[in-house]
Amino acid sequence: MQCPKCHAPMHTYNRNGVQIEQCSGCRGIFLDYGELEALTRVESQWSQPAPPPPGAPQAYPSAPAPAWGAPQHGGHGGGHYGGHGGHHRHKSFGHMLFSS
Amino acid sequence: MTVDSLLPALTAVARDAAHPATAVPRPRGACSCGAEDTLLADRDDGTVVRHGDVVAKVHAPDTDPHELARRVLAATCLPGILLPPLDPAPAGLLGRRVTLWPYGSPVDPDTPDAAPWEEAATLLARLHRTPAPDGLPPMRGPVKAARAVARLRAAGPHPAAAPVLGAWAALPGWARAEAPMPDTATLCHGDLHLGQLVRRPAPDGPWLLIDVDDLGVGDPAWDLARPAAWYACGLLPPDEWLRFLTAYRDAGGPAVPADGDPWPALDVAARALTVQTAALAIAKSAAARRPLDEVQQAVVDACDRMSALPPELPRGFAT
Repeated sequence: MQCPKCHAPMHTYNRNGVQIEQCSGCRGIFLDYGELEALTRVESQWSQPAPPPPGAPQAYPSAPAPAWGAPQHGGHGGGHYGGHGGHHRHKSFGHMLFSS
Repeated sequence: MTVDSLLPALTAVARDAAHPATAVPRPRGACSCGAEDTLLADRDDGTVVRHGDVVAKVHAPDTDPHELARRVLAATCLPGILLPPLDPAPAGLLGRRVTLWPYGSPVDPDTPDAAPWEEAATLLARLHRTPAPDGLPPMRGPVKAARAVARLRAAGPHPAAAPVLGAWAALPGWARAEAPMPDTATLCHGDLHLGQLVRRPAPDGPWLLIDVDDLGVGDPAWDLARPAAWYACGLLPPDEWLRFLTAYRDAGGPAVPADGDPWPALDVAARALTVQTAALAIAKSAAARRPLDEVQQAVVDACDRMSALPPELPRGFAT
């Protein structure tokens, strides 16, 4: 779609599961019906995280990741290549950590 | 001048710097001080030799001597952030530039889980908050990314090349070193990875950044972009990424907003570093005639996913 203000093309982004359109020219943002409320809801969840369920300790909250990120970002413990908690880190990634 | 003659000459430079009072040419054989000559790195972009407490680095053949001098000089005035050189002026050696540094102990490559993520982030935040010295050239991150892509193209056809080149083409010109960077005021390291940290005095002094070859002014997000890319590709566990990001924010680092989603600020640089990593992985695997491993494939896959999603547009940044 085109920006209603400056008529430059608008690109769609996924922000915490909410689709938003941003103008490539003036950086303006277009929200569909209900999307502002959805963003506000996500924000309040972020600032007041629910306590972790008993028996499933999680030291850190889930971190935002880009839309092009690895699919396993969505779940818990989903097959990280690097290995969680310092165990079994892939040798190739160990090399990558030190390479230009 | 040959590569064969460069290493003994560099070793002699390191020995002479370690023993200035008794400097005599002893390019071969054991040094009377008992310290060994250790080859710390030997790559196309530089060779590094240690003798005792001294490290001598010969820089890449295409290094701009004027720019290198500016970068080394900058390292003399960033105490507690960058390891200062032993001599603020690079010297000549067989047509190359040589710099001398005190030895610092690096992150142990065998125990990357002990990586000092918080210290690295804090050092970067302090670097980014320091006013850039006058005359410092642009940081060379985008140039390095462009070189990696050129190396990929030179490696010949490869089934994984198309998504990497596609992701590269979608980046703004500044990230491909084809246009000036939008930020020309912030002091950046330009090539941050775990090999760029040492403890001085060795072995348990404070951590410092090393390697000024890519130091300069530019978008500080570039210095966060390698860990960001590793995290986005599913390689760096979320807790290690969050430790790094949180420490950077706690130290007042300006590359990302103090809270909220950091990705609008990181997206372009993290994409560029992902492309750079993928391009080098493909070029190296093609040269060695071996397939990509799962880690390398994960980086290529991330490039593939980028193609469907144009880069985000940070506030106030021109494309």
